[in-house]
Amino acid sequence: MIGVILSLVGAGPTIPDFGRGSDCVRENGQFCMDWVVDNFGDQLLPRLIQHIELTAIAVGIGFAIAFIAALLAHRYHWVKTPFTAFSAFVYTIPSIALFQLLVPVTGLSWTSAEIALVGYTLLILFRNMLTGLQEVPRDAIDAAEGMGFTQRQILWRVELPLALPAIMAGLRIATVTTISLATIAAYIGAGGIGQPIFDGIQRGFRTQFVTAGILAVTLALVADGLLVLAQRALAPWVRYGR
Amino acid sequence: MVREGRGKAPAAEIVFDHVWHHYPGRAVAAIQDLSLTIPAGEICVLIGPSGGGKTTALKMVNRLIPISKGDITIDGRSVQAMDVIELRRGIGYVIQQVGLFPHMRVEDNIATTPRLLGWPDAEIRTRVRELIELVGLDPDEHARTYPSKLSGGQRQRVGLARAMAADPPLMLMDEPFGAIDPITRERLQDDFLRLHQTIRKTVIFVTHDIDEAIKMGDRIAILRPGGLLAHYDTPENILAKPADDFVARFVGADRGLKRLSLRTLREIALLDAPPDSERPGLPSASEGTKVSDALSIMLTSGNPSLLVTDDEGTVRGLVTIDLITALLSTAERSGVP
Repeated sequence: MIGVILSLVGAGPTIPDFGRGSDCVRENGQFCMDWVVDNFGDQLLPRLIQHIELTAIAVGIGFAIAFIAALLAHRYHWVKTPFTAFSAFVYTIPSIALFQLLVPVTGLSWTSAEIALVGYTLLILFRNMLTGLQEVPRDAIDAAEGMGFTQRQILWRVELPLALPAIMAGLRIATVTTISLATIAAYIGAGGIGQPIFDGIQRGFRTQFVTAGILAVTLALVADGLLVLAQRALAPWVRYGR
Repeated sequence: MVREGRGKAPAAEIVFDHVWHHYPGRAVAAIQDLSLTIPAGEICVLIGPSGGGKTTALKMVNRLIPISKGDITIDGRSVQAMDVIELRRGIGYVIQQVGLFPHMRVEDNIATTPRLLGWPDAEIRTRVRELIELVGLDPDEHARTYPSKLSGGQRQRVGLARAMAADPPLMLMDEPFGAIDPITRERLQDDFLRLHQTIRKTVIFVTHDIDEAIKMGDRIAILRPGGLLAHYDTPENILAKPADDFVARFVGADRGLKRLSLRTLREIALLDAPPDSERPGLPSASEGTKVSDALSIMLTSGNPSLLVTDDEGTVRGLVTIDLITALLSTAERSGVP
């Protein structure tokens, strides 16, 4: 992705003045470390935090909706097809188009961004949750039923814990995808780390969008790593390959 | 063979009283007019060809399958009058696939029912260790492992411990050793019989293996297709006098041999042993040997008699094929009502 942006920028007009700063900044060098150091605290960090918020809220709300839908579909089979169709449809809409489509309804706003981002998480989260629930070994449920578990106890003490690895796998994909997609939300003014990427591209200032891009990638890797650790802590019975 | 309940909780008497089960949408009933009484503390084996409804009959006791007509009582209380969750928590349940919870350690699997019943933690901990030892595992080695680390035989041992955890007066066992290799199965059968001597629960045990039925059952109920009771009696009586052709075919043409497998040489009045000079070449076996095995030794050695020794190897006497034949015919006569 960074490569693509670089080539786009290379083709674009070069604006000569990048303000005060070192020679590197004034001449739009390949990568100016001093600019990063000078601007990290007041330019990049707030955007990064904003990006984490955007992602966390989208994944959180998406998780809640997908969770309820998956529980319903697990109980009432007919729910599965319409919800899958709906979330798959949303998933196929190009992200820029979806952001743009929401602008007349909810404005150039954070709300529009969140609605779109939530929409993109649903398919992955729902599918993984439902598959996880349906792949719980039948004999464990049979035994639980015969031992006098209520339906609710079977769900919370047997089915959901056993579906956890699949649910966490879905959560990882959804989180990484959302971090990446949320950069485009800056297009409709929702902020986030996408903002310095867009700014940098517009100004043709390499260091800015490269740094912001690297931050987005790093954020995705760190989030994924944390979720892997959480999964291992929550599902210690799963034998992980070494 | 009536046994006295000696476990902590008394064993329960189970009565099937004209029980029927119709699967919805099927013309033929799965269980028809099944009536039998299982005395407290006994192992009752349900057996029959597939489609005989043995598992259906078992699952009607804890109401995993509904009773269409008739009733089943546990110590006089109708299972249909009880709260279904409470009913199931009061019955030990063991299935072929074991059904251990993969996400719980062995100790937590075993603690399942006591926790559902709200036992205090300290009591549960002691009980779990006691049970792990009771089923022949090592608490220090196995308590904190996950089921995926155990062998098939060990898993079924944990399944047994889990079913016995809350000391239920009744245990339902649905082909518990069916998926286990023959050698391990035999050890599990022996261990369970030994265990049963001490716990004296009432056990309903489903199997499709007639040898297992004969070995495990104090009584055997043979069901024919359509869920009709063909014969309900002790293994000895069923083998000696099958109720009809179906039962005779089901227990097999070797039912005479199977009866001999229920007895040991100790139960035979032996002939005097021949003098030492005539002993060389005679096969020998200890008193604890099954009569069927002794017969097999005679047949393979080509000798119609066999020296019987005690466990130290001292010769106690001589047994002959004639004596064994006589054993079968006297038992046959006494088996006639």
